[in-house]
Amino acid sequence: MEYTLDFKTYNDALKKNKLLGLKCNSCQKYTCPPKMTCQECADKNLDIVEMSGKGEIRTFTQTFVAPQGRECEAPYTIVLVELEEGPWIAGNLIDIDPGKVNMDLIGKKVKLGHKVFPGDQYSAGAAARPLFSFLSEGVK
Amino acid sequence: MRKVAVLGAGHTKFMFDSPKTEIEMLAEASMDAIQESNLKSKDIQAIFCGNVLGDFSEGQGMVQSYLADDIGCFNVPASKFEGACASATMAIRDAFMWVASGFYDIVLAGGTEKATAMGTSLATRTFAMFGDSRYEYPAGFTFPGVFGMLAHLYSDQYKVPLKKLKEQMALVSVQSHYYGKDNPNAQFRKEITVEQVLKGFMVTSPLQLLDCCPFSDGAAAIVIASEDIAKKLVSKPVYIAGVGQASAGKISSQYKYLPRIRSREISVKQAYDMAGLGPKDIDVCELHDCFSIASIIAAEGLGFAELGKGGELWEKGETKIGGKIPINISGGLKSKGHPIGATGASQVYEIAHQLRGELKDQGRQVEGAKVGLVDTLGGDGTIINLILKVD
Ligand SMILES: [Zn+2]
Repeated sequence: MEYTLDFKTYNDALKKNKLLGLKCNSCQKYTCPPKMTCQECADKNLDIVEMSGKGEIRTFTQTFVAPQGRECEAPYTIVLVELEEGPWIAGNLIDIDPGKVNMDLIGKKVKLGHKVFPGDQYSAGAAARPLFSFLSEGVK
Repeated sequence: MRKVAVLGAGHTKFMFDSPKTEIEMLAEASMDAIQESNLKSKDIQAIFCGNVLGDFSEGQGMVQSYLADDIGCFNVPASKFEGACASATMAIRDAFMWVASGFYDIVLAGGTEKATAMGTSLATRTFAMFGDSRYEYPAGFTFPGVFGMLAHLYSDQYKVPLKKLKEQMALVSVQSHYYGKDNPNAQFRKEITVEQVLKGFMVTSPLQLLDCCPFSDGAAAIVIASEDIAKKLVSKPVYIAGVGQASAGKISSQYKYLPRIRSREISVKQAYDMAGLGPKDIDVCELHDCFSIASIIAAEGLGFAELGKGGELWEKGETKIGGKIPINISGGLKSKGHPIGATGASQVYEIAHQLRGELKDQGRQVEGAKVGLVDTLGGDGTIINLILKVD
């Protein structure tokens, strides 16, 4: 049985700043990032949809100790964002002064871009990840 | 299903930069376990082994097979279990089921790891392999990073101000070191203060150095047998009264429950139901404190505190000997160390010693403990729980 939306298709779209997800024809809910079955009801009757890419930061961490090969990226901020359509997705937050990464981030509205992780010897190639920035100006 | 007991148990020192190989460490712990069970290697019918990163740390895969040969359990079936940090607990649960079913009578279960050989940078990379590699690692996920996010989410969700939560988290680490200093197998045997925790360098906010368990080398092993055999061989068999296990998807897909770990609630319920017991019946607990916040979240998931109130257990001293629920009297992963493939077997080793009343000399005995709970977390949501009991 094939995936309705596999990683390659999802990843190619993300590289064009398009966030693809799945909408379930059984429960009408969304799954993003994609899976074989609906995240909510495990149904396989899914349609590919383009997500708005907008959402709200639900949590974050600012990482100072990076994994091998990614030391030059630190410090960087990882966020879990609740998308408008419901699911949560992981990404990075740009557009912020590293000294201002604190609890005030939670609840801030963000929009999606992307950045490609070029991959390392363990990653089977490159992968894009969501790169979020603040939706409205002046909230840095 | 028949009753199953833990007989002997073995445990190497947990440490930085062990001079021994993974197989040597596990062989030493295994022989101690076999000897303490009044058995010989030839009596072992099968081996269940936890090991996670032997390939990265020593270029050695398939440690279970070489272990079997090294300790003279020639040609017995030896299987490896990989559930990240919960690998050994997973191996022990399976060992339990095979003996309970009657397929085997006497088996060896344990685990080994040599994580410090990788160095911090490669270890951080390889530990991150137990998160989602395609959808989450590209954002720079690390293991502490996941728990840093859970800490901020916890603070927001339960309205515990971050400053207060950080102090509670610091108390978790302080208590672990307080008991770990008296554990001869512990990696760090010195006390620390709340002030030291709060001054440590930031690893990933809000987790500072002393909120995090170390990378460690070490091994632990136990012998498991049916009740009739156990009663003939040892004076105080420790019975495995309940087991549970559950899995989960990547952290973002667990969003409906976070900062709760839903798989823990499912797993521990299986164990409680099987044992016919509940949180109030537990006399001593070893839980998965890979990070200070993880202890607080685990204590709630296991039913020892209401949501948002886990930190108060440590504030009020309820997690110490004499408190409502003594937790991590071994020093926990934080002070005792966390050789990931061995950790679950080390937790069982500790609880077995508590239930046999053998820790008086170390000044760490929970007086009269009859029921103990083991909780191990692998990756961002594999959970195994074991309930151990003495008559
Ligand atoms: Zn559905």
